[in-house]
Parts: sequence; structure tokens; C-alpha cells
Amino acid sequence: MNNIVKMFLNLVVIGALSGIILSGVFGVADPMIKANKERELKEAIFVVLPGAKDFKVLEKTVGQEKLIVYKGIDENGAPVGVAFKADGGGFQGNIGLMVGLETSYLKLKAIEVLEQLETPGLGDRIREDAFKDQFKGLEVKPKVEYIKYRKPEKPNQIQAITGATISSDAVVKNINRAVEKVVANFPQEEMTRVEAAPQKAAPKEAGNGK
Amino acid sequence: MANNLGYEFKKGLWQELPPFRLVLGLCPTLAVTNSAVNGLAMGMATIFVLFTSNILISLVRRTISSQVRIPAYVVIIATLVTVADLFLAAVFPDISKSLGPYIPLIVVNCIILGRAEAFAQKNSILPTAADTLGIGIGFILSLTLMGTIREVLGFGSIFGVKLLGDWFEPWIVMILPAGAFLVFGGLVALVNWISSRKTEKAAEAAMSR
Repeated sequence: MNNIVKMFLNLVVIGALSGIILSGVFGVADPMIKANKERELKEAIFVVLPGAKDFKVLEKTVGQEKLIVYKGIDENGAPVGVAFKADGGGFQGNIGLMVGLETSYLKLKAIEVLEQLETPGLGDRIREDAFKDQFKGLEVKPKVEYIKYRKPEKPNQIQAITGATISSDAVVKNINRAVEKVVANFPQEEMTRVEAAPQKAAPKEAGNGK
Repeated sequence: MANNLGYEFKKGLWQELPPFRLVLGLCPTLAVTNSAVNGLAMGMATIFVLFTSNILISLVRRTISSQVRIPAYVVIIATLVTVADLFLAAVFPDISKSLGPYIPLIVVNCIILGRAEAFAQKNSILPTAADTLGIGIGFILSLTLMGTIREVLGFGSIFGVKLLGDWFEPWIVMILPAGAFLVFGGLVALVNWISSRKTEKAAEAAMSR
């Protein structure tokens, strides 16, 4: 009997202590993790919308889905493009992209890879500039296509990575799907409308005691 | 006593070198060693969990009743692994990303529970510390070595620094799962060969005396 009480107490005490430690550590780490994610997202937005100084978040709920786009504006508040996330299955897992689209809805500005689990050395070359740069100024009408082994011929084509057709295909499909959704749900007037100029000097450059 | 501590520490570096001699902890050894920095980071996270959890286990070894020791150890280990995981995600997001699910999997790394059962629960703090540090450093070195070999052959670089010129055609298989098995097999064979040479020499020396 005594032993049972002891066993019980052992586990209760250890479990409780573990809970206390974890909630303490989580309390400190969680804001930092969230800040990391947010910084990553922001950096990606500015990468795919060169010239943007600030962005506005626009949200829309379509059916079950929540669509979020980031409208990039320059220092006068004039729109420079729209950025949005494009997720979808790749070869081994989700490929998460940030896509920058011109406000004309005709051409891409740039793309950035946020997350990917593709094969190292093959599929993960979608992160390389040589691949990503192909999307700069690429036409999205009627849709983005890829072509194998040779240089693209049409303005809406990119060259797939040799040995990683599935990964290249997934990137292209993700972009097409996301572009289609954004174009269908966000009227172009919303994107070309001039916004209020961003606040003078982002806090990052403003202070920091420099 | 000091001699003993020295022995407990040193045995983890060769005699009981975790992946190659004990053949324990193979999941991270094979899975995350596709680059030197990943191997090193995984080794560091593991030694943190190994050291702190075994010290704690050694401290509470008399208060825990033996029937519930395994669940108690697992809770202690899991808590520390979660701490390590959160720490990496908060401070080194890039490393945390590339190690992915393998950090939480330290919980089931058999080296940690293995050392707890085989050593920490029978010994006081000092020998436990020496034992886990030795094993842990052996593990870090092994993982970094595996990562370095695979990175050099598979990418032509070490710790991300380009080592071999453009003439080098990377062996992509080395950074794929198959490469892990090839390198691991090669290293186990090498370690066994060296240690059998050592025993032969020792035997010869004994004969000639």
C-alpha cells in the first residue's frame, strides 16, 4: 500500500514540476518564435515586392478559406504590387512560397521560398536564385508553364530543374492556383488604389539609439 | 576516485563511442547528418538533454520507486527536450528548421534512456556527469564527422564553406538517406578494424613478455 502511495506521489510531483518548467519556458520562448515567423514573412514580402516600403494587409473570407494578401506600397503610398502566400504539396512535403504579383495582374514580380522539404541537392534547388529569378517578370496569363531541358520560348514559361521536375511542377502549380484565387477574389481596383503614405521612417531605422 | 572519473569520461570517446561502438542513437546519426552544421547542432542538443536529464535522474534515484522509474525518466527527458526545442526555435530558427522533427525525437533517443538505466540510476552525480559528458562528446564528434564526410562528398563544402572547386561533381547520393548508410557502414568498419588491430597488438605485447 505504502509503495502505491509512493509511486503515485513520484509521478504527480514529477509531472507537476515538468508542467511548471514548461509553462515558464514557453512563456519566454513563444513571443520570440512568433516574432521570428513574422520577421521571416515580412522579409519575404519585401523580397518579392522590390520597391515597396510598407504593406497593407487585406483579408477576405471565401467559403471556408481565409485569403490574405499583402499590398505593397512605396513611400508615397502608390501601390507597387501585391504579395501572397502559395502553399501546396511538393515531392516530400509542403512547399510554401511568397509570390509577388504586379497590380496589373499580368506579370509576376518575384517569388521567394518560405518552406520546403524537397530532396537536398535536387528539389531544394528551387531555393536557388537561378531558379527563382526566372519568375521575375513572368507572364501569368493564361498560366505559368514549365518546360524541360531547354530554354523557355514563351513569356509565360520557365525551365524546370533537371532531375527535379516534380518540385518545379509543384512550384508552378502553387503559383497558378494562388494567382487564380487572388485575381478572382480581389478586384483590381483595390490593388491600384493609392493608399495613405506610410508613416515616416519605420521604427527599425528610426531609433535603436544609433 | 579521480582516476575513476577519468575512466568514466574517456570510455565514451572510444570504448563506448555511442553510434559506432554501442550502435545506439542511430536515428539522428543517420537522419540529420547531411551537413556538418546539422550534425554538430544535433549533437549539442543531445548532450544538453543527456547531461541535464541524467544529473536529475541521479539526484532523484533514491526517491523514485523502481516500478515507476521509466515513466518518471521519460517525463524528465521529455521536459528537457521540449525546453531544447523551444530554445532552438526561438534563438536559432534556421537550425531549428533544418533539424525539423528530429529535435522532439531526442525523447526516444536510446542513448539517453540507456545511460539513465545503465549508469545514472546506480551512480552519484559526479560519475554520472563524467559518464554523460564523455558519451555526449563522443556523440557530437561522431555526428559532426558523419556530417562532414557527407557534406564534403555531397556538396563539396564544409560547414557551408566551399572546399572543392568546380571540377568536383557532387555525389548527391551522399546527402540522401542512402549516403547515411554508406558512410555509417564505412565508419563502423573502420572503427572495428582499428580496435581489432589494437587488441592484436596488445596480445602480441603480452606474448613477447
